[in-house]
Amino acid sequence: MAVVPAPSAPTPQITVPKRHKQSVWTGAIVRQAVVDSLRKLSPRSLYRNPIIFIVEIGALLTSMIFLRDLAAGAAFELLRFELQIALWLWFTVLFANFAEAIAEGRGKAQADALRRTRTQATANRLRPADGSIETVAASALRRGDLVRVSVGELIPGDGEVVGGVAFVNEAAITGESAPVLKEPGTDIRSSVTGGTTVVSDELRIKITADPGETFLDRMIALVEGAERQKTPNEVALNILLAGLTFIFLIVTATLQPFARYAGSEVSVVVLVALLVTLIPTTIGGLLSAIGIAGMDRLVQRNVLAMSGRAVEAAGDVDTLLLDKTGTITFGNRLAAEFIAVDGVSDEQLVEAAVRSSLGDDTPEGRSVLDLARSAGYERLVTALPAGAEFVPFSAETRMSGLRLDGRLTAKGAVDAVVAAVGGAPSAALRAESERISQAGGTPLAVLDEGRVLGLIYLKDTVKPGIRERFEELRRMGIRTVMVTGDNRLTAATIAREAAVDDYVPESKPEDKIRLIREEQEKGRLVAMTGDGTNDAPALAQADVGVAMNSGTQAAREAGNMVDLDSDPTKLIEIVAIGKQLLMTRGALTTFSIANDVAKYFAILPAAFAVTYPALDLLNLMRLGSPESAILSAVIFNALIIVALVPLALRGVAYRPIGAAVLLRRNALLYGLGGVIVPFVGIKAIDVLVRLAHLA
Amino acid sequence: MTAIEWGQLALYVALLLAAAKPLGTYMTAVYEGRRTWLHPVVRPLEVATYRLGGIDEDREQDWRRYLLATLAFNVAGFLLLYAILRLQGFLPMNPQGLEGAKPTLAFNTAASFVTNTNWQSYGGETTLSYLSQMAGLTFQNFVSAAVGMAVLVAVIRGVARQSASTLGNFWVDLTRSTLYVLLPLSVVLALFLVSQGVIQNVSAYTEVTTLEGETQTLAMGPAASQVAIKQLGTNGGGFFNVNSAHPLENPTAWTNLVEMVAILLIPVASVYMYGRMVGSTRHGWVLIGAMTAVLVLGTVVTTWSEQAGNPTLGALGVTAAPSADQLGGNMEGKEVRVGIGNSTTWAAATTAASNGSVNSMHDSYTGLGGITPFALMMTSEVIFGGVGSGMYGAVLYILLTVFIAGLMVGRTPEYLGKKVESREMKAVMASLLVFPVLILVWTAVAVVNPFGTDTLNNAGPHGFSEVLYAFTSGSANNGSAFAGLGANGTFYNLGIGVNMLFGRFVFLVSVMVIAGAMARKQRVAASPGTFPVDGFTFGGLFTGIIVIVGLLTFFPALALGPIVEHLMRADGVLF
Repeated sequence: MAVVPAPSAPTPQITVPKRHKQSVWTGAIVRQAVVDSLRKLSPRSLYRNPIIFIVEIGALLTSMIFLRDLAAGAAFELLRFELQIALWLWFTVLFANFAEAIAEGRGKAQADALRRTRTQATANRLRPADGSIETVAASALRRGDLVRVSVGELIPGDGEVVGGVAFVNEAAITGESAPVLKEPGTDIRSSVTGGTTVVSDELRIKITADPGETFLDRMIALVEGAERQKTPNEVALNILLAGLTFIFLIVTATLQPFARYAGSEVSVVVLVALLVTLIPTTIGGLLSAIGIAGMDRLVQRNVLAMSGRAVEAAGDVDTLLLDKTGTITFGNRLAAEFIAVDGVSDEQLVEAAVRSSLGDDTPEGRSVLDLARSAGYERLVTALPAGAEFVPFSAETRMSGLRLDGRLTAKGAVDAVVAAVGGAPSAALRAESERISQAGGTPLAVLDEGRVLGLIYLKDTVKPGIRERFEELRRMGIRTVMVTGDNRLTAATIAREAAVDDYVPESKPEDKIRLIREEQEKGRLVAMTGDGTNDAPALAQADVGVAMNSGTQAAREAGNMVDLDSDPTKLIEIVAIGKQLLMTRGALTTFSIANDVAKYFAILPAAFAVTYPALDLLNLMRLGSPESAILSAVIFNALIIVALVPLALRGVAYRPIGAAVLLRRNALLYGLGGVIVPFVGIKAIDVLVRLAHLA
Repeated sequence: MTAIEWGQLALYVALLLAAAKPLGTYMTAVYEGRRTWLHPVVRPLEVATYRLGGIDEDREQDWRRYLLATLAFNVAGFLLLYAILRLQGFLPMNPQGLEGAKPTLAFNTAASFVTNTNWQSYGGETTLSYLSQMAGLTFQNFVSAAVGMAVLVAVIRGVARQSASTLGNFWVDLTRSTLYVLLPLSVVLALFLVSQGVIQNVSAYTEVTTLEGETQTLAMGPAASQVAIKQLGTNGGGFFNVNSAHPLENPTAWTNLVEMVAILLIPVASVYMYGRMVGSTRHGWVLIGAMTAVLVLGTVVTTWSEQAGNPTLGALGVTAAPSADQLGGNMEGKEVRVGIGNSTTWAAATTAASNGSVNSMHDSYTGLGGITPFALMMTSEVIFGGVGSGMYGAVLYILLTVFIAGLMVGRTPEYLGKKVESREMKAVMASLLVFPVLILVWTAVAVVNPFGTDTLNNAGPHGFSEVLYAFTSGSANNGSAFAGLGANGTFYNLGIGVNMLFGRFVFLVSVMVIAGAMARKQRVAASPGTFPVDGFTFGGLFTGIIVIVGLLTFFPALALGPIVEHLMRADGVLF
């Protein structure tokens, strides 16, 4: 284990805060969003959202009618009505624009910070001819160039370390300020990312990405949402919404001839108002905000999704493929039990075990001390006695320990220790060590003064809380499969302890891709994490492949998500975020469509108040006057967009309670609620409108 | 509603539900090509049919070929029927010497029978020869229903199969529908009807002297066989002009009950069969439950409204209360021997199924009472609906439900393990657009032009309802008439004809596109996270989507027709 040197240069100030506790409702972001929502009024950007575009056309039309009637000197009541409808239609468009703009706000701020890193950088390029140094802008670097980066300098682009050993601070990308060791010739530790800083020594780096294609560039584009394309589900949903819009267009357009048959006319302003309230403006206005916010929630957890499609797929995942080491277990075998044999007392054994581990800095050694402490032998754990010599582990002796005044106290592989003592192991020792092996653990024999005192049971320890998370996943309907290189016995023990649904022992990295294909053939969507180059094909094959940022370039390119924290358990959060995104979309669509019931009852009696006064019986809300009824419906329709922006950004809460319960709950909340809320809302607005003498 | 009416409704629903499983199970066996107890009799016929038509029974078609075969068969059927109608004057079996039909009427009638609508712009006994009735119409009564079944079975295979390219063989499914399902049931029903006094002959019309001493011409003909298939095949075209109100079509209480059951028999069993063949019988029952709930609700509303009668008459001292001497309620346009409950239940059943046969005048219903027939048709005939077509239409609403609500469980929408994506949604929306466009646009054109309003019998909202009903009935391939509208003019013959064709074939093509797309997909494994389609919640959502998306679209039109008529009646305004 190397000792971390003190950074010889100050840590760069440009960091992406790891977790943004900061809300989007800060002055700067809101101000920017207000400006953007005005800018988005331009038909050139609005035509991509047909529903809101129709509202804009309606707003324009009513504004023109208002102006025409104003010029013609129409009655005050009529002008007041037309003006208000026109204004609220404009507000409807603005509110929808604002929802999108505010969702984009945080990403834009982050992208700006990242962009600053990029523009500042210069590079010391090595001339291929003579190896001399020339200083160029980072943007001039091409794939294959060699650069030298010294202490305190920014790494100018993505690359591979070809010379030197150094610590690199990756805070700009990951937010993690502890420096990471980089050296040539390894899989993971050789790849470096542009925008990070060398904090010790010096590296020679071969650039592997052209400008505009670097990880930093991709990251900027992603957090900013510049490359955002509609996901397959969004496309399908847009077809539905466009279809509904067209249907309502027909419904309102044919109302005029119907009215004419009945011997009257309905004013165009009223028809526009009816149309706008009927078309699904709520979901139309919030749809892209929901998508952006979903990506943003991932970014806040330091996960970059390469496409919205990947986030959607995360919600659909059926199977999680998890590496045992590092994900399910700590990855180190830790002492779990002391087993004294042949009449040796526990205390004797523990004392020897502790002695053998006093100078031992490995996780195993430390875990022996921890176990002794927790077993009530705190007093035995002392500092390294003066004059003691630590005997490190070697492949030859296969044991480590302490030599003090010629007395050797050591722990090591059972056969090695037995061989060192000479003679055959006792029956008890053999039985106990066999039991440990069969349970999937590793027995370490403890030797003191030429005698075997007993065993330390080293166990692969399951991370606390992981069992509960897997149970949660099971309730979500997700299977967990543990992949490990361990033998069947060991794997089975860990699998039982962690409560995974299935496990694959003795697997090689190549087995993963086979496993994924098998699962996919059974109709399941698979998610996995990986970091090595040999994980790359599996990452690409998986429906959701989360590459660790600490991983190789190949892995990061193969996956459709990158976890900047390199935390494999984050897969579980990613799935939850995917589900949350889809649920939010569904809930607001249902709500939006259910809203129509009340709007019919508000506007129809009002529109035909003159022709068919009897229709007033349909005025269930007992709204004050035809004008206030129509105005209230339009105002409600506009305000509900703003009211739901926080929900769209935050997402509907996801609870792992099974689809049937979840559906019942959400159907009641957003379906039935969607029918009831507008009745109450429109009535309340109507009361206010009349109090304020607006109609 | 009287106790008897409640009892009759309960009996009716119980009979339908009881028949769903046995008939549905039998049909499942038929379409899966398994042996049934009718095999000894029917199988030789089936084999002979294939030999005659040069059909390879085991050769399956992909969705394009299946659809192409369906369309080709319908085009040929249309042309044949058109020719028969135009030329009947020169053809045999025409004892009354009736002339050929005029072009627009022949177009309308051919479209009507090929699309399983059976809208009748003509009066059967005064316009059509026996040959036209038997070879022209009855043939289509069978095959148009069989086409519906065939397409449904193809859709089922699309949903049930995975990573498959074929959906079965149209000719085989068509043949089996006719020989194993429609024909045997029709024979049994026709014999029963004859036993009850329904006529079955090819005699010339008979002159009789009535009790009052007047002479009257009694139309004759092969009614029983026609009536059997008109009910079973959700055709509904009456042999006589007044349809099932005619005593020679529907003479007794038994024929009335059995014919009502026959109207919804196959549609209800088809829903059961659907559930079974796609691998979730529970899903089938949930659909049956949701549809039954809507049907019963509609029947109750209409029966209640009809039984309540007309308050304007009440003000004149006419009591609407039922008593030993009278049925009470609104009896205008209803047969005294049938009564209110049996008329309204029939009205609901015939519009739920795309049947369209009537035993009372829907035109004479109260405003509110008339809404049920409207509503059941406007929701695209998916409350059981027509033979085959009802269930495949329901698939569109199921997909819509799954798509809108499915996201709420946190997964992209999937139906029975198949992802619902853009292609499916395009097809669903194409079908959903058809009804508003056809019904609302045609009605809008009709009500502001003299060629639309000249043949109206009534003014105001009631006249509006008559026009709206005609286009709705055509689009929904129902065929029942509100009446009160002279529809045998060029405008209505063409307009309604076009509606019938679009109403039938846009849906048919859409569901075949969906079937093809779904069949190719791989089934996603089910898990506790999967959207459940076999529970109450789904049933409720399915109903909610039908009402909100399907019906509310027409709320403005309904408000200006039957609803306002009903509301204005309270002020004593009648039309």
